[in-house]
Parts: sequence; C-alpha cells; structure tokens
Amino acid sequence: MTQYQVSAGEKKFIGWHLLTAILALAVGSLFGPLQAFEHAGWDFYPYIKPLIKSYYQGLTVHGVLNALVWTTFFIMGFLTFNVIFGLKRPLKNLTLNKVGFWMMVAGVVAAAIPILANEATVLFTFYPPLKANWAFYVGLTLVVVGSWVEGWGLFMTYFDWRKENPNERSPFIAFASILTSLLWQICTLGVAVEILTMLLPWSLGLLETVDPQLARTYFWFTGHPLVYFWLLPAYISWYAMLPKQAGNGKMFSDSLARLSFWIFLVLSTPLGFHHQYVDPGVPPAWKFIHSLLTFGVFFPSMMTAFTVVASLEHAGRKQGGKGALAWILKLNWKDPSVAAQLLAGLLFFFGGIGGLANASYNVNLVLHNTAFVPGHFHLTVATGVTLSFMGISYWLLPYLTGKQLWKPKLAVAQSWIWFIGMIIFSNSMHVLGLLGAPRRVPLGLAPYVPAEWNSRLFQVGLGGAILFVSGALYLTVMLMTALNKETVKEEVQVPIAEAMQDPALTPLWLDRWAPWIYGTLALIVIVYGPQLVEQIANIALTSPGFRVW
Amino acid sequence: MNTRQMHIDPYERNWMIFSAVMLVLFAAAVSVAAFGMGIEVPAPEQRVDPRTVATDPNSPWSNPGLREVSPGKYDAYILARAVPQWEFLPKELTIPAGSSVSFYVTSPDVQHGFKIQNTNANFMVIPGQVSKLTIRFDEPGTYDFICTEYCGSGHGIMYGTITVTP
Repeated sequence: MTQYQVSAGEKKFIGWHLLTAILALAVGSLFGPLQAFEHAGWDFYPYIKPLIKSYYQGLTVHGVLNALVWTTFFIMGFLTFNVIFGLKRPLKNLTLNKVGFWMMVAGVVAAAIPILANEATVLFTFYPPLKANWAFYVGLTLVVVGSWVEGWGLFMTYFDWRKENPNERSPFIAFASILTSLLWQICTLGVAVEILTMLLPWSLGLLETVDPQLARTYFWFTGHPLVYFWLLPAYISWYAMLPKQAGNGKMFSDSLARLSFWIFLVLSTPLGFHHQYVDPGVPPAWKFIHSLLTFGVFFPSMMTAFTVVASLEHAGRKQGGKGALAWILKLNWKDPSVAAQLLAGLLFFFGGIGGLANASYNVNLVLHNTAFVPGHFHLTVATGVTLSFMGISYWLLPYLTGKQLWKPKLAVAQSWIWFIGMIIFSNSMHVLGLLGAPRRVPLGLAPYVPAEWNSRLFQVGLGGAILFVSGALYLTVMLMTALNKETVKEEVQVPIAEAMQDPALTPLWLDRWAPWIYGTLALIVIVYGPQLVEQIANIALTSPGFRVW
Repeated sequence: MNTRQMHIDPYERNWMIFSAVMLVLFAAAVSVAAFGMGIEVPAPEQRVDPRTVATDPNSPWSNPGLREVSPGKYDAYILARAVPQWEFLPKELTIPAGSSVSFYVTSPDVQHGFKIQNTNANFMVIPGQVSKLTIRFDEPGTYDFICTEYCGSGHGIMYGTITVTP
C-alpha cells in the first residue's frame, strides 16, 4: 500500500518536537515520585538539597515540564504531522514553523534557568503576588508565541489546500488539528495579557504593583481551554486512528466527530470561572453561568465516548468479537500503541466523572484545592492525555525514524504498569481530597494530618513508585528505539480509520469555519466580556511582589 | 441521501438525549442546592489595600479576632499571612456550640486558601479582596482551618483551630 510521503525534512522537524517533549517528560517525571514519596513519609528532598532546594521547587519543575512543556511540544509536533499527512501536502513555509519551534525551545530554556536556580518557585499557576525572576515570564511568553507562529504555519498550509480544493470536505485529522490549534490561539490571549500587561513589566521593575484577582481571571481564561488543547489531540487519535489500529475498524460517524470538535471550540473558553468558584472577587451569578456552560462542554465528551467506543466495537466485531462486551478482548491489545490508548481512555472516563464533581458549582466547596484536584488531573492530563501520547509515540517514532520499536512487549507492559500505578495513586488522592487533605502541601510535614489519612498517604507513595517504573520503561523503550540498529522492513503505515459514511456526505456547515469562529468569539464576549470590563475598570494595582520560598 | 442532512444513528441519538437529560439533572441539582438550600459560593465583599490592611488602625484586621455581634452571632476577622511567618491571626478561636460565625479573611501579602475541615467553608484568600462566608457550628469539637493555596515555603504548616464548646 502506498501512502502520502512526508518529506525527510518535515519528519525530522516533527521528530525534534517529540525529542524535546520526551526530554521534558524525563526530567519532570523525576519529581513526581518525590512528591508522592514525601506524602508516604519517605522524604528524599533533604538528600538532593544541593540541587533542588525544596518540595515546592520540585513541584514547580514537575508541573511546568510535565503539564506545559511535554504536552505543548508533543501536541505541536503531532498537529503538524496531522496537517501535512491529512492534507497530503508539505507545509507552506517550513522555515516559519521552524522559527516558531525554536522560539518555543528558547522559551523553555529561558524559563528553566530561573526555575532551576530557585528563582521561580511559583508552581505552574504562577499566581501573583508570588514574583518570579523576569526570565521565567519571558520564557513562558516565548513558548506561547512560538506555538502561535507554528499555528500560523499550519493555517497557511490549510488555506492553500482549501483554495485548491474548494468543494472537498477537509480530511478529518487535518480539520481537527487546525481546530485545536485555533482553540489554542484564542484561549492563550488570557495568559498573554496577564504576562504582558502585568507580570512581565512588574518583574522587570517597570510596574510596582499588580492586581492578583484580575491576574487569576486572565489566567483561567487560558487555564481551562488549555486542558482541551491537551485533550483534543488525544481525541483525534482515539477517533481517527485507534479504531484502525485496534482491529481495522472505521470511525463511526464523521459528521458527529466534527460536530463535537466544533462544540469544543465554541464552549471550551467561556467557562473559566469554574476554576474561580471560591474567588472573592467574582460575582456568583457569573460563576453559575460558567458552571452551566461547563456542563455544556461535557456534552461533546459524551458524544466522543459514544463514537470512540462504537468505532472500537466495529473493530472488535471485525476481528470476530461477539457478545455485548466480549468484543473488547478481540481488540489488538498486543500492539503497545493500542493497549496504551485503550487504558488511557478507560481511566479518562473516570477522570471525566470526577471533573463533573469539580465543575458542580457548590459541590466544589468540598473539593476546592484538595488532593481531589491533582487526583483528577492525573487521570485526565497525566493518563488520558499522557498515556495516549505515549501510545501514539509507539508508532510515530518508528514512522519518523524508520527504526523498529524496541521490545514491543515491554512497551505493552509499560502501559499496564502505568494503568495500575495510576489507579492506586489517583484513587488515594481522590479519597484524601474528600477527607479534606489539601493539594500542594508536603503532607509528610504538615502538622494537622490526622491518623486516618495515613493508609491513603502510603498508597500515594506506592502508586508513585509504580508510575516511576512505568515512566522509566517508557523512556528506555524510546531511547532504545532511537538507537535501534534494526530498521523497519517497510515504511510504517500511518493508522487512519476511514469514516463509515463517506465524508463527502458530511453536511457543509460542519466544514465551514467562519460561522463557528464568529459564534465562539461572540460567546466569549457575552459570557466573559462584562466581568472582564468590570474587573479591568476597577483594577486595583495594590500588590507588590513577594519571594517567600 | 441529501448531502445537507446529517446521518445520526438511532443509538447515538438516544445516547445524546440521555447525555442531555443527565446534564439538565446535574444543573438542576446544583441549582436546588444553591438557591433552595442556600449552599452558596463567596461573593464580592469588600476591597482593601493589602499594603495597609494589617497596620491601619481603622482596619479590623489590624486587630484580628472574634467579635460577638449579637448573642450566638460572631464576626471573625482573620488575617492570613506569609510574612514575617506563615500563620493565621488569630490561630485559635473558641465559640459555643450553636454559634453562627461570619468569617472575613484577607491577606496582606500573597494568595492563601482558607478551608475549615468538615464544613463547607473553603475559599481563596486574595490580597486586595475580603473573602466572607458564614458557617454555623452545631457540633462541639475542634475544627482545624488550613491554608489551601501555595503561599511559599511555610504553606504546609499554616493552620489554626476552632474549638466549639458544648
């Protein structure tokens, strides 16, 4: 079978994204277990004091590298691949995309220096008036702007394709990748304004004081859609690749897949106040409206659950699977890419349910800032997303390099170990949160920890240890694959699950950008506008900076 | 088939209806809890200048503590701070069972959190803002209140205790 040939230069370019992402994951993941071990009473931080000064410095490294750097680099690489391969054409301007990429790399370096020097121990939310070294904010800005530039390169490629193919439906993976990139460009405006109008001038000494409440509002304008920026690339793979890999299945519905992506675009930004339910400076009416919209964005997630499971069932039955559920056993569990993504999807389902609890306005009073929250996002971003990305890399790296995947059975085991470790870790974190344990606290040292938390704290450490083993296995498989002397016999086939129904039959309104973009912007103006105007009009620049770490 | 008409499988249609109904039910439950049972989230209360809120003699937080406003009703002015050390002022409060306490919490420095264990009191403390929530204490015992937002190296040791006497 012949497939579209991505140029060697573009493969290398995508490979650089993968390499940077995995390096970030490697360093960031060293600290995850240290946090978990500390909870269990095995505090290793005193032993690494010459290098890392505190639990919080480690937590900052973990959050920034794993949640921001690993994800963003992997995603930009994967979206770039999807656009090229989906549209069957090279990037319009590879140099522009390279400029974007190297801006991102420069940004990571700029932010890493103060973080490692303990000059930016502000965690990945960097709430002012905690004041980091200016290089930290410059670094974040470069990462965001670099990702914009890469996105513009993707848009230009798409425009050219559209000009030449005015009547065709856009191929799904390219469509969904462009949409994800667009979502990112819209939502990052919040954090860009936060940094450029307040935090950066403040850290440079040009501004004496900032408004911490307004900063939070800007931050969460970006903060929640950020999770959809993480998630949608995994969804692209679950919708349009995984069914093929799992047993030659097809995508259940092209139209509904597109519709759910459109709903994500429209709804994912105007709901940021659900992270600010207990902020004193936001009126409850707006919090309530955002909570309803948060429920709304759950709807396309439910559609995704249906379509993905139906597509997988199609694959399972094609392989001779029978029964209501027994077809699951016929899926290609021996393929590490399949095993990783199926397990990721399964845990993500529970993460989604937990997320509904967080999103539920006053229910959040019980959960806000408790260990429930990191318990939740380790099911979503650290499993639904991260384990899926690991799964994608199990075919993407051999595809890009032409090297045979090193020990696929070990790679399958890696996914299962992650799955088991995460169940133990995340379950205990959720329970601790319900018992009242706060997040972001070295609970091994906290004076108010009751004895009833101890067994759960031990499980946090145990889960962390198992996850560490899995993470180390993943890195080993990646490294050994990159060094593998054995090459693939023929080029790796990119798994593309065709839609059951000819995409040409998908209604045109699901392939038109303008109305959806106008709708998205209009909803943001309606649901964010009044509060933004009010908070900006009443800005109180009264907080000087603090370095209290 | 008409190309403008979207094909939806009957199972999928039912699933979408089911999802929509679930979400309406969730929203209804949250609304009943909020508007029927009064389980509310914090609202804008008052704005202060964090640079002077702890020192200005006219500011209640220059002398934080408990004030009885009427029998069984208290206002608690609490300062959450990281400088010179991580602590709540006051660290200890004692009230009789059956008391209703309105907490007014603010910070003169960085962001903090305020969560009274085993109650619905859980909110952010943001410099420049005052967070207010009223809680009734019926059960005698001790209730820890803890800082729930990262506020620097001493975040993990920042807590206080409410003693509810019979």
